[in-house]
Amino acid sequence: MKYVDEFRDPQAARRLLADIADAAAGQPSRKFMEVCGGHTHAIYRHGIEALLPASIELIHGPGCPVCVIPMGRVDDAVAVACAEGVTMCCFGDMLRVPGGESTLLEAKARGADVRIVYSPLDALALAERLPDRQVVFLAVGFETTAPSTAVTLLQARERRVDNFSVFCNHVTIVPPLKAILDSPGLDLDGFLGPGHVSTVIGTRPYRFVPEQYGRPLVTAGFEPVDILQSVLMLLRQLSEGRCEVENQYRRVVSGDGNDRALALLREVFVVRPHFEWRGLGFIAQSALAIAPEFAPWDAELRYEVPGVRVADPKACQCGEVLKGALRPWECKVFGTACTPETPIGTCMVSSEGACAAYYNYGRYSSRSRIPVHAT
Amino acid sequence: MCVGIPAQVVELQPSGPHTAIVDVDGAQREVNTIMVDDEPLAVGDWVLLHVGFAMSKIDAAEAAETLAFMRELGSVYDEEIEAFTSDLP
Repeated sequence: MKYVDEFRDPQAARRLLADIADAAAGQPSRKFMEVCGGHTHAIYRHGIEALLPASIELIHGPGCPVCVIPMGRVDDAVAVACAEGVTMCCFGDMLRVPGGESTLLEAKARGADVRIVYSPLDALALAERLPDRQVVFLAVGFETTAPSTAVTLLQARERRVDNFSVFCNHVTIVPPLKAILDSPGLDLDGFLGPGHVSTVIGTRPYRFVPEQYGRPLVTAGFEPVDILQSVLMLLRQLSEGRCEVENQYRRVVSGDGNDRALALLREVFVVRPHFEWRGLGFIAQSALAIAPEFAPWDAELRYEVPGVRVADPKACQCGEVLKGALRPWECKVFGTACTPETPIGTCMVSSEGACAAYYNYGRYSSRSRIPVHAT
Repeated sequence: MCVGIPAQVVELQPSGPHTAIVDVDGAQREVNTIMVDDEPLAVGDWVLLHVGFAMSKIDAAEAAETLAFMRELGSVYDEEIEAFTSDLP
């Protein structure tokens, strides 16, 4: 029980593990998917899989916004970055995401002006500082970051920053959950719902999971004990024959979400009819585009992009990993041709990706499960 | 990007409405507070920060726990802090 001693509250963790062992003992094997990349990272970092009874399997879901960007969109971003007079701004973890042709980092090495920003507001400030450049912000992320892009676009319009635009790749969390529930052969028994996305959207949008698909969902915090408690809550729902949305992360997440952020999303974005997700294919109404009122700041309208769908490399099995059908180490190129230094697939790029998290922390512990003895 | 970092408000409205200076582990930066401004924000309050925006208010105990947790995560936290403290490119 080496890992548990390193938790900040080892006693609580031991109690929870004992309760989980009790609850799991009377049930068939269970597969729970954690949707959020932050959870995936925490699970590997803390060796949580090895502490759980062997009958409980955690499947790592698609909740890493960098990992779900399809190669064709990266090519489009590279095309914008290489356009005359453009300065492309992005978050650091987008730089090494492979496109069909190249990464943004390679485009930068070839002379494109690609810069890392912390916030979309930094990209807007840069546009004001560089009036002779066309500054484009490469927007990625779920509902946690989309409101920030919305505020930035409102400020761009208010301050009439005409040399600024946004290449929008924001996605929403509910449609991929639906896609996963609809995909054949994935027998999931429940979900650990995302933490910080839920601060924006609240817990209500997840109700379809129990109501239409008969699976429980528990929004979970990021601490090891949060994750353990959420697993226990799922097991108890199943053993008591309940099926509902529960909120383990009450201290941060409310049922209603953040009204202001949701209003901003409605004001600045429209839902796309469909959007391609890496590994999951096209999912209806799963992404946000910039609303017509903000068209002058929409990089997709301003620049010619190839807009071509690029098939994932044959060797790469990110799609299967993202759906939880394959464990990271079961991918043919994991850790050999595909590493965090030279990623082939997106799951290896972002530190929230299942493959990168497993490569960094899990390689030596998850394959052999350690029996749990609560002490 | 998806896991927020806890930050403490040290100054209100340095550049007008919906702005604050916050402190993360000794590093300070101006952030946008429009998403949490439905209730008045005070110096000393804790917020969860995503890409330069305060997205929710949290209590001090939650902030301390999340910070400790993020330090344990190592690289992710370092990347966030590095990004937080970076100047305009």
